[in-house]
Amino acid sequence: MKAQAIDWFKERLGVDAIREVMDHKTVPVHSATRWYYFGGITLFLFGIQVVTGTLLLFYYRPTVAEGFDSVRFIMTRADFGWLIRSIHSWSANLLIFVAFVHMFSVVFTHAYRSPRELTWGSGIALAGLMLGFGFSGYLLPWNQISYFATKVGTDVAGSVPVVGVAIARILRGGEDVGAATLTRFFALHVMVLPMITAALIALHVLLVQKNGMSTPPWIAASRVRHMKFFPNFFLREVMVWYGVLAILGALAAIFPWELGEKADPFASAPKGIRPEWYFLAQFYTLKLIPSHVWIFEGELLGIAGFGAVALAWALLPAWGVNRAGQARTRLVTGAGIVLVAYLAVFTVLGYVK
Amino acid sequence: MLSWLLGGGALASMASFFYPVARFLIPPPVTEAAVNEVAAGKVQDLKPNSGKIVKFGNKPALLVRVNDTEWKAFSAVCTHLNCTVQYRDSTQQIWCACHNGTYDMSGRVVSGPPPNPLEEYAVNLRGDEVVISKRA
Repeated sequence: MKAQAIDWFKERLGVDAIREVMDHKTVPVHSATRWYYFGGITLFLFGIQVVTGTLLLFYYRPTVAEGFDSVRFIMTRADFGWLIRSIHSWSANLLIFVAFVHMFSVVFTHAYRSPRELTWGSGIALAGLMLGFGFSGYLLPWNQISYFATKVGTDVAGSVPVVGVAIARILRGGEDVGAATLTRFFALHVMVLPMITAALIALHVLLVQKNGMSTPPWIAASRVRHMKFFPNFFLREVMVWYGVLAILGALAAIFPWELGEKADPFASAPKGIRPEWYFLAQFYTLKLIPSHVWIFEGELLGIAGFGAVALAWALLPAWGVNRAGQARTRLVTGAGIVLVAYLAVFTVLGYVK
Repeated sequence: MLSWLLGGGALASMASFFYPVARFLIPPPVTEAAVNEVAAGKVQDLKPNSGKIVKFGNKPALLVRVNDTEWKAFSAVCTHLNCTVQYRDSTQQIWCACHNGTYDMSGRVVSGPPPNPLEEYAVNLRGDEVVISKRA
């Protein structure tokens, strides 16, 4: 009876075909195998965000009048609300950090080469979406810091030539950051971005599945062993996830996420204001650029610079390989080191100064 | 020819779906009465060498009482990236906490990234009431 029932489902779900694929999926084993785990950790943390974000929706109210108080209610009154919101906030930050580690591991192991250009491109788009999640989610508690961070962030978007003003208006839902901005950011954060992200994650994972995992160019194919993805690699990955979950739980319990003060559009920007750490490098750069450089406005120059670097980075598969399709290892590794050094140094400077 | 017609039709129907969505997302203009003058409080409410943010229509303005008799007012919107500035009594300058821009008491940029000076408003005392108004 039981066997019959299992067969009935197997037949209808095409389980054997899925099993066949799973059985054949392997992971190369070499000195850089550990970096393969970071994509999975990013995916795991995204799952945590979906679960905790959904739970927060049961209490959160996306209005200027009630937004801050509803988050305070979550933090102080709802059972374990502090834990769920703290995990959501900590996980968001860890997710961005791990996504960056994942991205730079791809750079330093030169995994962007053919035929993985689309995997790289979808990954860069996902990184942009994660920053979008961070930016839109930051405003939702409607506190003083997030209010001014959003003012600055949307103004940065607004200073893009030609289309900037329209983009800023659409983002804010009007001339200024206010009630309309909050509902827009809420819609983006819980509906628009998650749908696009889900589709892109599916594409990204499908491409990884199709093209397999890349082996760094300096490792000879003859020296590479393979392990089965199921169950060998997968179980290892799950153990790493448990470790990440433990770190997350500890961070949330020991350092619950702060709420700050309710936003007041008619108060001065508070002293020591700064954005989330992943925007600190850009924030500090904007602080350093003088008001005018030659005939250009400093702010515009800074934003153009960020845009150019981001575009060049997205096009890495084009300039990171020679005509024969081999990685330009020195050039790309050098560019990667410069970028990591810039981000690290300017993030620290943005934090301490 | 047929594929052109099909393609064109598909494109046109797509456009007819996306156009209303795009228009929906662009916020309609909100007409608000232009504010040229606001009452910013009582003279005795602000000590000499201090400042406060007041509402000027839907924008913040900074009112500073420089000393017993001298008053200044500016748009409080930093010309760099839109943050709200504040008066610093220690340096007697206007300061933006977001990117460390400073302005002098005429609204001119002293240091930091702001590209333009702050717009200065006129301050008048009517009895014990402070009135801020846009300069003609």
